[in-house]
Amino acid sequence: MKLTKRTLLTGAATAIGLAASGLATTAMAQDKTKVGFIYVGPVGDGGWTYEHNKGRLAVMEHFGDKVETVYQENVPEGADAERAITQMALQGADLIFTTSFGYMDPTINVAKKFPNVKFEHATGYKTAENVGVYSARFYEGRAVQGTIAGHLTKSNTVGYIGSFPIPEVIRGINSAYIHAKKVNPEVKFKIVWAYTWFDPAKEADAAKVLIEQGADVILQHTDSTAPQAAAQAAGNVYTFGQASDMAEFAPMPRVSSIIDNWAPYYIARTQAVMDGTWASDSTWDGIGPGMVGIGEISDAVPAEVKAEALALKDKIASGEYHPFTGPLKKQDGSDWLAEGEVADDGTLAGMNFYVEGIEGDIPK
Amino acid sequence: MDLSSISPELLLASLMVAATPILLAAVGELIVERAGVLNLGVEGMMITGAICGFAVTIESGSPTLGFVAAAAGGAGLSLLFALLTQFALANQVASGLALTLFGLGLSALLGQGYVGLKPPLMADIHIPGLSDIPYLGTVLFTHDPMVYFGLLLVAAVWWFLNRTRGGLVLRAVGENHAAAHALGYKVVRIRVLAIMFGGACAGLGGAYISLIRVPQWTEGMTAGAGWIALALVVFASWKPGRVLLGAYLFGGVTVLQLNLQAAGIAIPVEYLSMSPYLITILVLVIMSADRSRAPGSLGRIFHASG
Amino acid sequence: MLKLEKRPQPSRAFSYLTPIFAVIATMIAGGLLFAALGKDPVLAIRTIFYEPLFGEFAFYYAPQLLVKGGPLILIAVGLSLGFRAGIWNIGAEGQYIIGAICGAAVGLAFYPLDAWYIFPLMVIAGALGGLLWAMIPALLKVKFGTNEILVSLMLVYVAENLLAAMALGPLKNPEGHGFPGSRNLKDYPAAHNDELITGTGMHWGVAAAFIAVILAYILLNRHSLGFSIRLTGEAPRAAKFSGVNPARLILFCLGMSGLTAGLAGLFEVAGPAGQISIDFNTGYGFTAIIVAFLGRLHPVGILLAGLLMALTYIGGEIAQSNMGLPSAAIQAFQGMLLFFLLAVDLLTNYRIRLAAKGAA
Repeated sequence: MKLTKRTLLTGAATAIGLAASGLATTAMAQDKTKVGFIYVGPVGDGGWTYEHNKGRLAVMEHFGDKVETVYQENVPEGADAERAITQMALQGADLIFTTSFGYMDPTINVAKKFPNVKFEHATGYKTAENVGVYSARFYEGRAVQGTIAGHLTKSNTVGYIGSFPIPEVIRGINSAYIHAKKVNPEVKFKIVWAYTWFDPAKEADAAKVLIEQGADVILQHTDSTAPQAAAQAAGNVYTFGQASDMAEFAPMPRVSSIIDNWAPYYIARTQAVMDGTWASDSTWDGIGPGMVGIGEISDAVPAEVKAEALALKDKIASGEYHPFTGPLKKQDGSDWLAEGEVADDGTLAGMNFYVEGIEGDIPK
Repeated sequence: MDLSSISPELLLASLMVAATPILLAAVGELIVERAGVLNLGVEGMMITGAICGFAVTIESGSPTLGFVAAAAGGAGLSLLFALLTQFALANQVASGLALTLFGLGLSALLGQGYVGLKPPLMADIHIPGLSDIPYLGTVLFTHDPMVYFGLLLVAAVWWFLNRTRGGLVLRAVGENHAAAHALGYKVVRIRVLAIMFGGACAGLGGAYISLIRVPQWTEGMTAGAGWIALALVVFASWKPGRVLLGAYLFGGVTVLQLNLQAAGIAIPVEYLSMSPYLITILVLVIMSADRSRAPGSLGRIFHASG
Repeated sequence: MLKLEKRPQPSRAFSYLTPIFAVIATMIAGGLLFAALGKDPVLAIRTIFYEPLFGEFAFYYAPQLLVKGGPLILIAVGLSLGFRAGIWNIGAEGQYIIGAICGAAVGLAFYPLDAWYIFPLMVIAGALGGLLWAMIPALLKVKFGTNEILVSLMLVYVAENLLAAMALGPLKNPEGHGFPGSRNLKDYPAAHNDELITGTGMHWGVAAAFIAVILAYILLNRHSLGFSIRLTGEAPRAAKFSGVNPARLILFCLGMSGLTAGLAGLFEVAGPAGQISIDFNTGYGFTAIIVAFLGRLHPVGILLAGLLMALTYIGGEIAQSNMGLPSAAIQAFQGMLLFFLLAVDLLTNYRIRLAAKGAA
């Protein structure tokens, strides 16, 4: 196998200088489907990359020896990413998942050179014939969290640790706020921006600051468990796991979580490549298809609140309810969605405003 | 905007915690630099200490043992630097950078089995009576033992440098190694000890992050704290008391900006985050009027040709 | 008892031999490390050192050595001038960032105009940006005698924060759906630092690196300024007597290193990286310091050291994805290589003698 591949490739390389077309032939000849993953952090980050790697392991388990997976961790965004992706394509990968927003342009560039390799880019918006994008509707999970948070808070102050002021994070804040407000009209959000996805010490500081300023529920959009530990130390503060379940902090302070569950998608796309049915598309899945998981709601949450949260989750999963349903106004008081109107994906994807009632400005 | 929601005593208390890792590492590096050695590998030693401390705490169940292991781990890694710079006479800047690279890699390898675990915690010491004093009690007397240890260490280092013969010798070696050598002091031996002390302190600082402040293990979790510690030593113009002040300033800027944000005040975070470094440069300029303060032999290679 | 004796002249033979010793020692120690991780050590070493140059995909990896090594060499050559004279700029990372910001800002200001002069203007802006950022420690040193190691290091953090502010603020792509990061200069031909010959990895930054090596060689060996630099480093007092102006030397050396770092940043942002983003800098400025020392501060040595460093990066990446080695193992391996290279330098400058006990 190895030998034939080499001969073919060398031939192709000398003939045309680029092995792209040579690879297509070898890929067909292979009996194993080779799936590559490019990670922005280490697989041991316990958050974002950790969950993607769990997806990779699930693919291995599901397909057994019909599949071979490779990965590269800690790949900086930019020139290094382009090389890492190219390398995987050269080594005969049939399908490559690039799992960070910053890999968008590198993925598109490499995809142009390897028309027969399929690419899947997470959280981006640029597609091509052989490049699909996928992301999760985390805001659906935020709606459930917001409901629980609105009920649980006694100080009526919910703290929110944001990473960077980008649409993805702003969407989450809005969704959580809308649903907290629904069950508790008095609720207020205190938002701090950590300007990092992952810096445990800083996240711990952010959580402490919010607690000191009266927040008794903390929502986080950064990846480490540091805020959980800070809440635990403080005592009567509730938190939610982010990216992974963070079950080691259950039942208190962690009362539930949003879990990124990439496994079903990775398995489905790998299957599509095996069957030859893969086609580029933009996937934006939520609770329904299982890409967003709601972690076990712990007993620290009163039963009726838990029931209400689960009912909301089911309504979102079935498509009966959309977390951004009018009437909703923007922060400046201008109308956004009329009664019963549902936000379109375009607006959601580029969301750069708070909804009415949230205090403070989005940093520019 | 609601400034009244910021509680000054809680802010000061959390500032003390935020400052502790960089304080520990910086006090160690201060001794190293006072001995005339510039070790830029603080980040590497901190992260190594973080994983050594974490692993031993998990295995033994004792955070105290963990901190001992962290100090040993940091000191062990610093020995590599000592070998390179004191015996192989390699350039200190390059060796320190290499040490950071190696330490980051090594710690990640050591830590592979420890991701996602929760270590046993070190209880806060609430000193009876003292912690009930209004205001001061909260600020000063409700911390974990390592916060007090950091303060004690600063005092001890001050005492050592200014009140003991050993401190005098160390400073002499740092100011002018040729002269110290001529007087019969073992320059290399003193520097190796100083480097190991620095490594041990950096290890403790790292373990403070992985065992108390966060507490968990993840790759690269020190996230640049070692570099801040380096800046701190300079800011402090190599004086232990000022390291304390500086650690509170550097730690304080982070805590303060988060506090202002939470209070709903729009602040340009990036610009505020650069301010400690700009202040450090300013301090350097002001200090330059009195040039004797930077150790004379800082970063120079010593070789006893006699 | 072993005794070290300084050689009057660095040994030529050893300066060629020691790097080979170091590489061999690293292969052994690294092999042990890989074996401890349960991987085939021979295959791992072969993958790192052989695969990028002679493996089946060398046609792609070999040019990538230039892409990865180019900025390292360019920055390291600039730094080496100062290092030779005892002027320590360790803030090249900051100058690299500022060069990239200035260059990219000029390019983006013209968007979408298509004109031949845009790229040259960006190059000038990048060089000037790096130069001016390096002038801060230089002027402070000349005027107040502040330590340039520390000032230049502090300015790295300032530059990093500035970079984040730019990526989230003024330089943010207006069509980027609110995500941080500038427009991609690869999609703007007038500002794109493309490969000069497709498939070779040669872009203007690599060309600049080669030119810098040649110029530095000429400067150090044929020009009186080069003589001043070397003299100041080796015998500062003699240099003073012979009329070298220390202030001018400081300004020149720091300025030059800032300029090359700024250029490297500009060529990177306009070429391989493509855009200003929060994490645009990946440590080239710090790694270049190591490269400068590995190359023994000699232009040709730096060229080789830069390529060797690039080889471990690219070979290491291949080993990661082919053999499932964790990236941490590669990092530790690189650390070892540096340790050994730094340690064996001893043999070049010193002679080891057996001496009677007590003689030292």
